[in-house]
Amino acid sequence: MSTVKKFMYVNRHAPYGSIYALEGLEVVLIGAAFDQDCCMAFIDDGVFQLVKGQDSSASGMKNFSPTYRALGDYEVTRLYVEKESLMERGLTKSDLMELTYEDEDDDWAEKPSIQIVERSELGRLMEEQDVLLNF
Amino acid sequence: MLHTVNKSPFDKNSLKTCLSHSLKDSDILLIEDGVYGAIKDSAMSGDIEKALTDRKIYVLESDIKARGIDSSRLVQGVAIVDYGGFVELAASNDRVQSWL
Repeated sequence: MSTVKKFMYVNRHAPYGSIYALEGLEVVLIGAAFDQDCCMAFIDDGVFQLVKGQDSSASGMKNFSPTYRALGDYEVTRLYVEKESLMERGLTKSDLMELTYEDEDDDWAEKPSIQIVERSELGRLMEEQDVLLNF
Repeated sequence: MLHTVNKSPFDKNSLKTCLSHSLKDSDILLIEDGVYGAIKDSAMSGDIEKALTDRKIYVLESDIKARGIDSSRLVQGVAIVDYGGFVELAASNDRVQSWL
């Protein structure tokens, strides 16, 4: 049995203006496929990745926002969204997609994946990780 | 933890976000356009001075030289390292986080 490491994928870019967000999402799924302990953080413009109602059809770009809904099936169950970053952008939790996972370790209930955390808490969470990958 | 920042703080908020998320005793290494963040009397220098009270900040020598930044132009307390110093920082810290 190989060692499981704690990975955090830190997302700081908005979804369509650059390739960071899509690549970050793909790399998380790779980490999860290798059975690592993966979580994600969304700070700065990264919080825009989770805004609901994205429709990129008229721009000709792929709308990859539905992929975030699959994260729960890959056991990526913790999506930390920074409170200050939301506030700075005039957003609240209700502007974000409702992402859930099925709690296999407890009661198999659908539980929310998104956790709103303060900046100071996020700094502490980063320190707990074995590997940090920024996008 | 070692944090590296490779973007100018006057273009991107990578450095600001790094400073607000790094904990005390962290090492912060400015590379590439990140070195512009260490220039004194800039809009950024106050944040750098504040961070220097409980963290160490370094700039990569070859990147300041390439950009014509003399060591006298840096915020006091910022240390200059060469490539060997970069390797030592990477080796002496248990983890590295690259702010892009």
